[in-house]
Amino acid sequence: MATMTQSPPAVAVPVPSRLGARARWIRRAPLLPALVFTIIVTQVPFVATLVISSLDWNILRPGDRGFAGLRNYGFVFTDNRLRSAVANTVVLTVSVVLVSLLLGLLLAVLLDRRFPGRGLARTLLIAPFLVMPVAAALLWKHSLYNPTYGLFDGIINAIWRLFGAPQGPTVDWISDHPMGAVVTALVWQWTPFMMLILLAGLQAQSPDTIEAAKMDGASGWTTFRYLTIPHLRQYLELSVLLGTIYVLQTFDAVFTITQGGPGTATTNLPYEIYLTMFRKYEYGQAAAAGVVVVIGSIVVATFALRVVSSLFSKEANR
Amino acid sequence: MSRERTLTPVSAVGTAVPVRRAPARRLRRARDRAYGQRGGPLWTLLAWVLTLLFFAPVAWMALTSFHREADAATNPPTPLAPLTADNYRALFERGIAPYLINSGMASVVSTALVLVLAVPAAYALSIKPVRKWTDVMFFFLSTKFLPAVGALLPIYLIVKQVGLLDNIWALVVLYTAMNLPLALWMMRSFLAEVPREILEAAEVDGAGLIRTLRAVVAPVAMPGIAATSLICIIFSWNEFLFAVNLTAVRAATAPVFLVGFITSEGLFLGKLCAAATLVSLPVLIAGFAAQDKLVQGLSLGAVK
Repeated sequence: MATMTQSPPAVAVPVPSRLGARARWIRRAPLLPALVFTIIVTQVPFVATLVISSLDWNILRPGDRGFAGLRNYGFVFTDNRLRSAVANTVVLTVSVVLVSLLLGLLLAVLLDRRFPGRGLARTLLIAPFLVMPVAAALLWKHSLYNPTYGLFDGIINAIWRLFGAPQGPTVDWISDHPMGAVVTALVWQWTPFMMLILLAGLQAQSPDTIEAAKMDGASGWTTFRYLTIPHLRQYLELSVLLGTIYVLQTFDAVFTITQGGPGTATTNLPYEIYLTMFRKYEYGQAAAAGVVVVIGSIVVATFALRVVSSLFSKEANR
Repeated sequence: MSRERTLTPVSAVGTAVPVRRAPARRLRRARDRAYGQRGGPLWTLLAWVLTLLFFAPVAWMALTSFHREADAATNPPTPLAPLTADNYRALFERGIAPYLINSGMASVVSTALVLVLAVPAAYALSIKPVRKWTDVMFFFLSTKFLPAVGALLPIYLIVKQVGLLDNIWALVVLYTAMNLPLALWMMRSFLAEVPREILEAAEVDGAGLIRTLRAVVAPVAMPGIAATSLICIIFSWNEFLFAVNLTAVRAATAPVFLVGFITSEGLFLGKLCAAATLVSLPVLIAGFAAQDKLVQGLSLGAVK
């Protein structure tokens, strides 16, 4: 896992430029089922979303399904709930991605050294990422955050009692810090993801350069700042972008930990769309909000694709 | 892990003549020598403290799952309470099994479908590439970037229309589409490692397609197929958004069980932890088994 998109050079397969039509179709044949399947299952719904977003469609008012033009979009951009959902999505995504990136970087640097039990430590660190997201959210909500029997307040209480106080202070983590509670649980799940990508990046760094820098008397920090960080840049970009794309879609944690509340304090766009769809039955508005999320993701994805393709073209051009 | 593979240093990427380097294992040893002394016991201590902090919730979940409800909900916590398997027994009495079967069915069948579609497609994108194959790759990738929630409504309406609500096959189809781009990118990066010279030699020797596939492609592709399947299984096993909105009773999967289970239980911490541990266990095992390929899968094959 130590290299960035590199395979033996012999693979730069030349595509014959002059193939007969028949030969071209024979080449394409294995690809077609996957392509057709993907187009049908992923593209058709998006076209349908676009169409529905222009309709005035609430299933509580059957038979009344008029053309709404851009009215739903007007609603999406002026509705307070949706506006706060956009803001919450940004806050949630940015804080989860940044905090887990920094923690992941720290852990990657720590694990990039030889120490007793390094393999075991890496295995244990991956675990939070593998716990089923819904299970993790429930675990945090009930087993850790709960003010009466949760582990966090339990530990505080135990420490207070240790020092002779009859009872420790009780913090209602979710009610007092709803966004912080969701972010913390998500950071816990996503840090291993960042750590894995960055660790792969660190291990792809040539030891010769480090050794040379050492010979020249560079300190550990200087080496890290001027050699490792620039080398890691691509990997940092990749983890930020992939992390953003995944965290932007967060639904499980919000659904489970806070149900978007209190009020709309933690309602992000995916959860708000879900509510619009299955609680308010405003299909047109839900579809319009969906289109907005898709456009937002496309903006992020364009950058992501550029990063991935810069990694990828290195391989393709060889 | 790229142990036995030839490495090309990143700086040399793009040059016509690749540099043959020592196997990665030796490289890593050299790195360890250069890096090994960095920091000291304090860094090791910090590494272990952070690791244990991150692992603590998982450990707490597993431990609580073996505690009686009365011991699970004490304040201050009683980690040394006596252990029992009652919670797990209670789970099966409450009927978690059908949900686990549904989850298993949705993940295994969708993963099989993914492989049936992705392996030939990856072949057409690496070994005998079609023209503009990079464009095709990026089309697949772009579908991965579209948030599922944006398509939830039409998918719900279509699934309802064709009468597949609360039917596991709806999830199978959706999970196949969800994992196909990922699998395709991974499989392509594995198939690209099939040595070109040997492929050509096989062709010159007049080996047929089937023989070439079996003798040359399969040995290289098999570990890749295994890793790809594990990652697809992980993602479909954990999926919640479609599962909770498209299923009700018959086809509901494990995460849906978890959510419904909570609302119907009184004193439940022990059972909750048992359920959470049980549903996470297959993925933990699959993830640990695939941990060397995990990065590659998660980064769509961009990082090995």
